[in-house]
Amino acid sequence: MGHDIDNIGTNPLTGRRRVWKEYQKVIPSDKYFYVRSCIRQNIFPASEVHFLKIMRETLGKDVYENPHHTTCSGIGYHSDVVPLETSMTIVARQFALMAEAGYENLAVSCITSFGLYTEFLETWQHFPHIRERIAENLYKATGRELVLPKCVAHASDIIYSLRDEISQKAKYRLVNKNTGEPLRIVEHIGCHYAKMFPSKGVGGAEYPCVLSGMAEAWGGQIVDYPERRQCCGFGFRQYLVQANRGYSISNTKKKFDSMEPYHPDAIITNCPGCPYFMDRWQYVIAEMEGKTYGENGFGIPVLTYEELAGLVLGYDPWDLGLQVHQTSVEPLLDKMGIEYDPSQKYKGIGGKDLGRPEEPRVLKTELCPHCL
Amino acid sequence: MIDFGYGITRSNRLNLDEADLSLARKMARREKSFATCIGCGTCTAGCTAGHFTAYNPRKIQLMILNGQTENLKEDLKKCMLCGRCQMLCPRGISLRSLWSKLYRALDDGRKTPAVTRDIF
Amino acid sequence: MKNVVIIGAGVAGLTAAARLKDIGYNVTIIEKKTYDGGNVASWDRLFPDSRRASRLIDDVRRPLGEGVTIHYDQRITSLVKMKDGRIGVGTESLGIIHADALLVASGFSLFDAHLKEEYGYGIYDNVYTQADLESMFSSGKVLTRSGDIPRRIGFVHCVGSRDEKVGNRYCSKVCCVTAVKQASEIKQLYPDAQVYCFYMDLRMFELPYEDMYFNAQKLYGVRFIRGRLCEAAEKMDKSVILKVEDTLAGQTLNLSVDMLVLMAGMRPASDTARIATMLGLHCNKEGFLTPVDIFSRGNETEVDGVFLAGTCTGPKTIPQTIADARSAAIRIDEYLKKRKK
Repeated sequence: MGHDIDNIGTNPLTGRRRVWKEYQKVIPSDKYFYVRSCIRQNIFPASEVHFLKIMRETLGKDVYENPHHTTCSGIGYHSDVVPLETSMTIVARQFALMAEAGYENLAVSCITSFGLYTEFLETWQHFPHIRERIAENLYKATGRELVLPKCVAHASDIIYSLRDEISQKAKYRLVNKNTGEPLRIVEHIGCHYAKMFPSKGVGGAEYPCVLSGMAEAWGGQIVDYPERRQCCGFGFRQYLVQANRGYSISNTKKKFDSMEPYHPDAIITNCPGCPYFMDRWQYVIAEMEGKTYGENGFGIPVLTYEELAGLVLGYDPWDLGLQVHQTSVEPLLDKMGIEYDPSQKYKGIGGKDLGRPEEPRVLKTELCPHCL
Repeated sequence: MIDFGYGITRSNRLNLDEADLSLARKMARREKSFATCIGCGTCTAGCTAGHFTAYNPRKIQLMILNGQTENLKEDLKKCMLCGRCQMLCPRGISLRSLWSKLYRALDDGRKTPAVTRDIF
Repeated sequence: MKNVVIIGAGVAGLTAAARLKDIGYNVTIIEKKTYDGGNVASWDRLFPDSRRASRLIDDVRRPLGEGVTIHYDQRITSLVKMKDGRIGVGTESLGIIHADALLVASGFSLFDAHLKEEYGYGIYDNVYTQADLESMFSSGKVLTRSGDIPRRIGFVHCVGSRDEKVGNRYCSKVCCVTAVKQASEIKQLYPDAQVYCFYMDLRMFELPYEDMYFNAQKLYGVRFIRGRLCEAAEKMDKSVILKVEDTLAGQTLNLSVDMLVLMAGMRPASDTARIATMLGLHCNKEGFLTPVDIFSRGNETEVDGVFLAGTCTGPKTIPQTIADARSAAIRIDEYLKKRKK
């Protein structure tokens, strides 16, 4: 009567699919009120622009932005400088702006904002007296009424839900043009995406499929590595104080060391902080310890999901802002067979010369004399 | 060299895959009762040396098992060999024998001064 | 002759059936599965003395003889307390059976280890449950997914037990002992293997169990690490890397094993809530059926003529289950004798 010995456990894909089935959230395909991230506008400015371009121009969706939208204050809340009640009131105002514009679905660029919105909605649901107090604060401060959104989606949820449409319009695929092999992609999910509320993330918190789903739909192969679920180390108090940054970089290094044997071709992320630090720390680690993680002394290119979608759709790498990455993306562009003009890398609007960054001592970039 | 104002910290996790567990294997052979520790801490609570120093016989067992042997010999020198630990141990572990065999095992391959050999 | 109907042909149901038949009742067992023995049927050997599970089931089954009817592959569709005091037991294929007394011995299901997502059961190649390992022991092949002899094996205690995150705060009682049994069996099979047990507390509550633990340490060199596994991940070679704190050393550890065995806890059998609703029985917050009084009336329910036995009222070892089932049989006999008058 024993179990069938051949059926012990299941195959890994079936296993992940089983988990994913438990965590499918409703993601409307259109009509979003978009809220930007504070830091992404500065560190990856073209990512948000290209989210809008892809949504509006490539896919013909209605995405609205209101310039009166402010920070959600999450960055201040997590750094202990903004009190919870203030944050809640600010978030209540964003919801009010959305309702006034006639939208019910919120598209959130930032992971921490997404986490904060989700946490506040959950709190207000369980503690109505807090919601009432926040509604009162909002009314007293701005004269606005608190209206709750019908859906809060992270912008990566939306791209995930539209991944097949993007794939149909794709100019390039995540396939090595020389070998025909799928590119090996490492996904890195922002902690506040699903760790607090696994049910709010596509695929849950342990095996999210929001980014892996995109990569696979576009021809890539996801590599799972032992430290995949760990935080990139960004933190808030950690990176804000220079002396504490050792915690941040050590955490990221732990992840690089763990993914290195899988030879990833790229890392994709859906958080403001993770791509920034995973990109910059590769330079710092190379300077400090002489260690690099990509091929031939290069790093592993780190991309936002909008950048990756943009590349797949054939947007110009420099329009996508890939020149602001400290770890060169050229190895990935070359593998995908993307045509680009190296001489245009550091040219701004109207061909204005932006100047070349200083050459790193260890980490190879396209500026490296050996590669020129 | 660029001074970034911070550095990379080494992980404080112990990687048992890479740890040198030769001492643990050796002790398992030389003092078989050693394996039966249940971590109750009776030995430590009653330890003469432990009252005045950081000496912790219960943890010494774990350091052997986890391959953390660097400071073991120095630690062991705090032991007064009074035998209180052995008297109290509910599992009947021959702790005096363990300590002396451990001291000797830590000296394996090295020339031990006669006086130490005599004591342990 | 009075009719007694028993729900479940596991160890409790079979044991009670034999006693009731001996006393002189007409006994009918309704079984969900196509075989008897319940969960024990899929086990290889049993603690504390390593007897074959199949032998135990034979021993429990033997006294039944001809006088007990077992209907397999049955789904109960209705349970109705009738005006004459009897209970109507309805199934799809048998119609309504009238029972003068009903014994619920519906048993337990193993906790679904998939729910502890961070352990990767069903996702990583070499993560198994204790039930999977029993199947391997039965088949005589304890090998990794790729067919290799495992050199390092880890056992995780309390998977789905003592865990608010999966809604089970209670201890499932038998898993610690099972882990010690299986760890020792692995070492009997592969003396050179390194075996680790990750436990929160070791609950070796019956007389022989502490000896099993002692022997696992002394004879088999099983390493017991007090700490709960936080997550498992797969390495390139398909071994499983574990993160755990050795809480006694205050030291976080990383280590990899070729096989990870999850000691899944006990949940009420899937039909328990349905049975309880149909009869108006009480379940506790864990979903197990609750007797009237755990000290003096451990087999009785608030519903006249309905009795309980075995793990439907909570985790039990097999000897406890057998004792409980015999006690239920005696109690049913007392009840039916009283009703005759």
